[in-house]
Amino acid sequence: MAMVTVEQVWAALQDVKDPEIPPVSVVEMGMVSRVALDGGKVLVEATPTFVGCPALEIIRKAIVDRVRAEAGVEAVEVRFVFDPPWTTDRITPAGREKLKSFGIAPPPAYNGGLLDLEVAPRCPFCGSADTHLENVFGPTACRSIFYCDACRNPFEAMKPV
Amino acid sequence: MSGPSELRPEYRQALVELLYQLADDDLTMGHRDSEWLGLAPHIEEDVAFASIAQDEVGHAAIYYRLLEELGEGKADDLAHLRPAGARRNAVLLERPNGTGTYLVEPHFDWAFAVVRHYLYDLFDAVRLEALVQSSYAPLAQVAAKIRREERYHLLHHETWLRRLARGGEEAGRRLEAALRQAWAEAGGLFDLGPQAEAIRAEGLLPATGEELLARWTARAQAAFAAAGLAWPGALPPAPLNGRAGQHSEDLPALLETLSEVYRLEPAAQW
Repeated sequence: MAMVTVEQVWAALQDVKDPEIPPVSVVEMGMVSRVALDGGKVLVEATPTFVGCPALEIIRKAIVDRVRAEAGVEAVEVRFVFDPPWTTDRITPAGREKLKSFGIAPPPAYNGGLLDLEVAPRCPFCGSADTHLENVFGPTACRSIFYCDACRNPFEAMKPV
Repeated sequence: MSGPSELRPEYRQALVELLYQLADDDLTMGHRDSEWLGLAPHIEEDVAFASIAQDEVGHAAIYYRLLEELGEGKADDLAHLRPAGARRNAVLLERPNGTGTYLVEPHFDWAFAVVRHYLYDLFDAVRLEALVQSSYAPLAQVAAKIRREERYHLLHHETWLRRLARGGEEAGRRLEAALRQAWAEAGGLFDLGPQAEAIRAEGLLPATGEELLARWTARAQAAFAAAGLAWPGALPPAPLNGRAGQHSEDLPALLETLSEVYRLEPAAQW
């Protein structure tokens, strides 16, 4: 049987989507830090977005199930690591576009860890800069709540960490 | 890097003690935060406290996982089943948010919640800053990650402290009372327990309690000045030392609620 390759595993991981943000894969979120092979045994090292994220176990299972389905894979281990720590800078440019398409403003560059409260993100729906912060905290650990005064939609934005 | 089984006994003992302090602090704080659900004075604060609670409990979960990797037992058991006398959280964090419960006559004190969380978030910031230099690499890595999330908590409560300080007569009165209440026990955060010297000497937390207090005081004084608040003075010694397993009657009640569902069926798969 043909051996699976690291490239094949990375390609398969593109099919594993963030459970909360369906268009974005875990690769585009910058969550996958390393793929290693030992014959048919695959090790995927993932770095958690937020320590308290309740979706981590769902993501682990999704990675195992998807990679296991590749020809030549006997076993899959997912290890969550904190080195390197996840940062919003790890989200790929494709990931940022897909966040916007889902109505979530992508994060600004990490500037030492705080949302820049002076500069509100553009509205992902209408593109206006006439937006303001409603809440630094939101419905998930990774997002803040904004409001667009132009098109009058609330929207979420990734918290820079 | 040596694995957990290769640690010297003295090193492991001090490390485990420190991890229990970290885990129990965040679990206790997170539980009290979660009790504001549905009761916060503003819808956005309800959202904020739920998110903050999730972060704190998530941080506790990671510390309990490090303890599990060191052979202390299952992380869920450590979180839910240890009795009050085994807990290492600071007593300030186990105090209720007010009287009553969600179902029966809740009269929670928003000023106390803000003050307590601000004092704790600042302490945690100073402690995490030291922990990123920990001689135990897994802890140093986790601390670096947690620090990035905690920044938002500190910002949030510092903002509220300023808001209440400038909120007029009633806000000022309640804030003063909350500061008096919290000041009496905040000193307990800085006691690093009976193993304090070993924790420092082994490089696990490369700072003494006094050094952490000095850094905390400098930053807190600046924040109080910016808010126009009078500095209440040096923290008195806390009457109960949570780091040595001395706890109030509030902790058993907290643990009873926290562990109730888990204890119903410890073998359940969650």
